[in-house]
Amino acid sequence: MISSRFSKLLSWSYLAALYAFIFLPVAVLVLFSFQDGRLPVPPFNGATLKWYGEVFADSRLMSALGNSLMVALGSATVACVLGFCAAYGLARFVLPASRLQRGLLIAPMTVSYLIIALGLLTTFNWVGVSLSLWTVGIGHVVINLPLCFAIIYASMGDHQKNIERAARDLGAAEWQVMTQVSAPMLMPSILAAFFLSVTFSWDEFIIAFLLSRFDVTLPVEIWSMLRSGLNPKTNAVGSVVFLVSVALLLILELIVFRRTAKK
Amino acid sequence: MTAPVSIRNATKTFGDFTALDDVSLEIAAGEFIVLLGPSGCGKTTLLSLLGGFLSPTSGTIEIDGKDMGDVAPAKRPTTTMFQDYALFPHMTLRDNVAFGLKMRKVGKAERHAKAEELLDMVGLKTSANKKPHELSGGQRQRVALARALAVEPDVLLLDEPLGALDLKLRRQMQDELKAIQKRVGTTFVHVTHDQEEAMAIADRIVVMNAGKIEDVGSPENIYMKPKTLFSASFMGEVNFIPGTLESATETTLTIKTPLGSVELPAFDHAGFTPDSQVTLAIRPEHFRASTGTGPRVTLGKAKVEDGSFFGTHHRAHLNPLDYPGMTVTAHMPQSAIIEPGAWVELTLDPSSVVLLPGHPPHPMQESTAS
Repeated sequence: MISSRFSKLLSWSYLAALYAFIFLPVAVLVLFSFQDGRLPVPPFNGATLKWYGEVFADSRLMSALGNSLMVALGSATVACVLGFCAAYGLARFVLPASRLQRGLLIAPMTVSYLIIALGLLTTFNWVGVSLSLWTVGIGHVVINLPLCFAIIYASMGDHQKNIERAARDLGAAEWQVMTQVSAPMLMPSILAAFFLSVTFSWDEFIIAFLLSRFDVTLPVEIWSMLRSGLNPKTNAVGSVVFLVSVALLLILELIVFRRTAKK
Repeated sequence: MTAPVSIRNATKTFGDFTALDDVSLEIAAGEFIVLLGPSGCGKTTLLSLLGGFLSPTSGTIEIDGKDMGDVAPAKRPTTTMFQDYALFPHMTLRDNVAFGLKMRKVGKAERHAKAEELLDMVGLKTSANKKPHELSGGQRQRVALARALAVEPDVLLLDEPLGALDLKLRRQMQDELKAIQKRVGTTFVHVTHDQEEAMAIADRIVVMNAGKIEDVGSPENIYMKPKTLFSASFMGEVNFIPGTLESATETTLTIKTPLGSVELPAFDHAGFTPDSQVTLAIRPEHFRASTGTGPRVTLGKAKVEDGSFFGTHHRAHLNPLDYPGMTVTAHMPQSAIIEPGAWVELTLDPSSVVLLPGHPPHPMQESTAS
């Protein structure tokens, strides 16, 4: 009896410690974004929304936020379209060296963002493309395409193959099969890939830092704020970034996983 | 719409494996054809050749007199009803049925009206706004049929469409399928491995084995006058009694068997020469005719080994007196009393006995349908 209560206690404490380890930094960040004082360090002096007011009044932060959203949505859309086309081609047709092609498509996942950013930077300099939000977007497509491909490819089963065959049998041309049958049928996994890509792009720093010049994304703007020292405003903007990521995950959960659960 | 189909010398090989071996078949417009055979017999390959999902290694396929050699599935006057239904999961039933018409650029109002008309035909008019996952297996089946018929194909190809349904529903769908086929008049080519299903729905059955056609004919003919040992055993339970043709006159064939000499009328057994190896194929229910009038042949006495009651008949195993190693299966009347050890007379109407060329691979065992 006692030992079972003890082991129960132990397992609960383990769980609590685990979540504390994961979420304490975020909790501290969010807590001190409400700090009534100049420094985001203990002791906590009381709550205020002053810093959030400053964040939303800061035009540079706000334009960076807009840039981030644009890059995230744009690059995720492109990555999903390209990933879907690649997955459809490799899953539905006999292509030369398809194993190698699959491997090459997924390979960028194993390369660090820093190396990808350096490679792209060299390439852009060499080709003569000047750095802008476009180049950041291209960088984010490079890192998100393997993810989109892998997620969508994994969801293409033989059952759907037969459904596509039925569509062709009923007179659909290949592009009609893709747009009217395959893509809608795979929508849960396409949306999952899309929202994951958006979050990854939204949080990404190194590529955004190295491949941008005048217009920057939010993580880059936060980084330049941090150079002038910690203050509760950085915590507030960090909390906003976190909140957007959580919101994206909730959307993902609500649309994607509820749709799949229904089937 | 409807059209005849003509398959000439179609062969399909996959590497070293010959799935279809020089098959020729003429199908009339509006006919309900069933391709019947065990798995791997080539029936699904033949269906895929008709649908255009495979192209023949050699030979030609014509639908309505036009060579289908280079015609893609989308452009053929055929549609397929798939075994797993292959409905579009994200569309309503109305959109599923209207899909083929949409691909043919039929306007929205017109195609929806047509879709609802077909859903009405299969008894699902009120469910037009539902999605496929809300339906039962039998209902999905009906939607798949309506979708395939919506584009008014000349030929409907059915790839074991009833395989996933339970027995009762399958029997019900068979009746519906046959009724709908008669109503729309489209040529139906239906693949199955279930010989009861084949007999229930077919105008003509095509029995296939190892890539070749074994037998073609009406259900009655295939069952009662099979042309090969395979066809006889695949269509249902049968006793094979091997023998040798002793003599053939204008009117009578005399066959020597382990159960004595048997005389059969010659008129429906042409083409046999004396001393050739033959097999008597006898359905278990034909032993029932042991009383009554008319011509009779007898295979001597047999001892009852065991019996079980099947409702419509007793199924009994018998050991012939002349050859105790052989087991004969017979169906006895409902009212018969089956006592193991009792002796019965193996009496038959000679016209019910089928004479087939060759000997079965296991002559002393009964063959049953697989």
